[in-house]
Amino acid sequence: MVVAALGVTLISFIVSHAVPADPIVSNLGQIASQRPEIVKAFREKWGLDKPLYEQYFTFVRNLARGEFGTSINTRRAVTKDLALFMPATVELATAAVVFALLLGLPLGVLAAVRRDRPIDHLARLVSLIGVSIPIFWLATVSLVLFYATLHWTVGPGRLGPQIERPDYVTGLYTVDSLIAGDFDTFKDAASHLVLPGLVLASSIMGLVTRVTRSSMLEVLSQDYTRTARAKGLRETRVVARHALRNALIPTVTILGLAYGGLLSGAVMTETIFNWPGIGRYAFQAVVTNDFPAIMGITFVIGIMYVIVNLVVDLLYGWLDPRIHYA
Amino acid sequence: MATTATTVSATGQSEPMRDMTPESEWRRVWSRLARNPMAIGGAAVVLAWVLIAVMAPWISPYDPIEQDVMNRLAPPSAQHWLGLDGIGRDVLSRVLYGGRVSLPVAAVVVVLASIFGTLYGALAGFVGRWPDEVAMRIVDMVLSFPALILAMAIAAALGPSIHNSMLAMLMVWWPPYARLARGQVLALKECDFVPAARSLGLSDRRILLRHILPNSVAPSLVLMAMDFGNAIIITAALSFLGLGAVPPTPEWGAMVAEGRELMQQWWISTFPGLAILMVAIGCNFIGDGLRDAMDPRLRLR
Repeated sequence: MVVAALGVTLISFIVSHAVPADPIVSNLGQIASQRPEIVKAFREKWGLDKPLYEQYFTFVRNLARGEFGTSINTRRAVTKDLALFMPATVELATAAVVFALLLGLPLGVLAAVRRDRPIDHLARLVSLIGVSIPIFWLATVSLVLFYATLHWTVGPGRLGPQIERPDYVTGLYTVDSLIAGDFDTFKDAASHLVLPGLVLASSIMGLVTRVTRSSMLEVLSQDYTRTARAKGLRETRVVARHALRNALIPTVTILGLAYGGLLSGAVMTETIFNWPGIGRYAFQAVVTNDFPAIMGITFVIGIMYVIVNLVVDLLYGWLDPRIHYA
Repeated sequence: MATTATTVSATGQSEPMRDMTPESEWRRVWSRLARNPMAIGGAAVVLAWVLIAVMAPWISPYDPIEQDVMNRLAPPSAQHWLGLDGIGRDVLSRVLYGGRVSLPVAAVVVVLASIFGTLYGALAGFVGRWPDEVAMRIVDMVLSFPALILAMAIAAALGPSIHNSMLAMLMVWWPPYARLARGQVLALKECDFVPAARSLGLSDRRILLRHILPNSVAPSLVLMAMDFGNAIIITAALSFLGLGAVPPTPEWGAMVAEGRELMQQWWISTFPGLAILMVAIGCNFIGDGLRDAMDPRLRLR
């Protein structure tokens, strides 16, 4: 894992440095970058005058101390930026996973139980559309339709303009407002999650449906399902208690693997919904060649990936008591 | 696939395979594919968009770059079926022209990435031991990034242009093919025909290129069909973020971005997105049908 993490830093370092992009022009602007003394001061200030390998070692050394350096863009410590933006993304991604499960699981189960019936074809169509839909377009059009035209939902952002931010505990506005006992703020924060959460969920809902369907089909053909039926259990109980729990393992696995896709989707969703999370921060860092920020984000994304898959492993043990971790 | 002794027809009855030559296997796949209405529908949609892209200069009612500033933001009407955009360009013409950018880019990315990835993975799997280990760690490294974010970083660093976004996509696109091909080669290496070929005195290169690779392309083909839709989406996404096609190029993603600020003029961003959606769904239908056709056992799943 340490090797993988170092590899990740190396790749992001190479990518951000080996290409002919110039942080000087994108940060100082055309006019200031014509003046050599300003350029020299800028280079020295940000350590860009040192040889590349030295810059990399500085980066890794700082990393070991838990520091990513200072964002050229926001002039804040990258760790501070990440702590600031991370909770927003976690909240949005969690909402998306919840929506995807709420919609995808029942659809997948129904499709398996009623195989080759209309509902099965519908599920197939829905999941294929889900993986085919460009998320930036869905985000744009749903804002136009549900917010600007129909006024069904609230606008972009995490809170309405009149609502005060809840005191910082976890950084998740829904959780923090509940801790503070402020239900109006909670309602506002939750309502701001609905549209971006659903948009982001679209990227993984199809996958959830698909995998649930195929693993349900597999489980439903097992001997113990036949036993359960032979015992005279009602079909709903067979499906809900005996089959579904066993079928959940592949679904949970796919959620872990789909996490990368979720983060890619978050870049789009957050940029369009003006959601102050890692995705929007990543986009801003990338278009301004903000190296420290890019590397910090990359590293954190890698770590999040590892954590999510660890959680997935632990969930296995809960879903299937036969799996033990020593 | 080559190891299946029987196929199971849609009715669940087993029937012995009569003939195992590769030609008949592909013909079998083809005939199954041709009976799948979704796959045929998908192919028709994709083909239609390819034709539209080729014929765009003749079928477009207006020039895609010409501006009619007096009537800017005009809603869909008899003269302009899909309305006019923010600086008075005909949205229909721009949507029809859009395929001329997205389709070739996606095709080049998917074809080059699959060729490189397959050769890379096949070689790693065939050689084995530590070169394989090193090669696969590199694949893992690239795969540990969300593809779009890495492509975004590369494209931004190279500077916005359609060529650079293509290059960026290529760099993140090949690893899944490498993994897939390696897995196939590892499995096929154990098949009897490999020692048989070797005992006939064939060189390693010949065994890999002529005997193992042709047997391992099937899963890659499914991935390619689905990936083509994905590539269209990512091309558009990069343009949407301002990292791909530069104005005034009529590109679908860039068009959605142009309509983003104009919430009252829904037609500007809606129609180019629908074009992307149609092509992507078409590709996924083809890929889905192809997978069913290639492995009848999956049909039961």
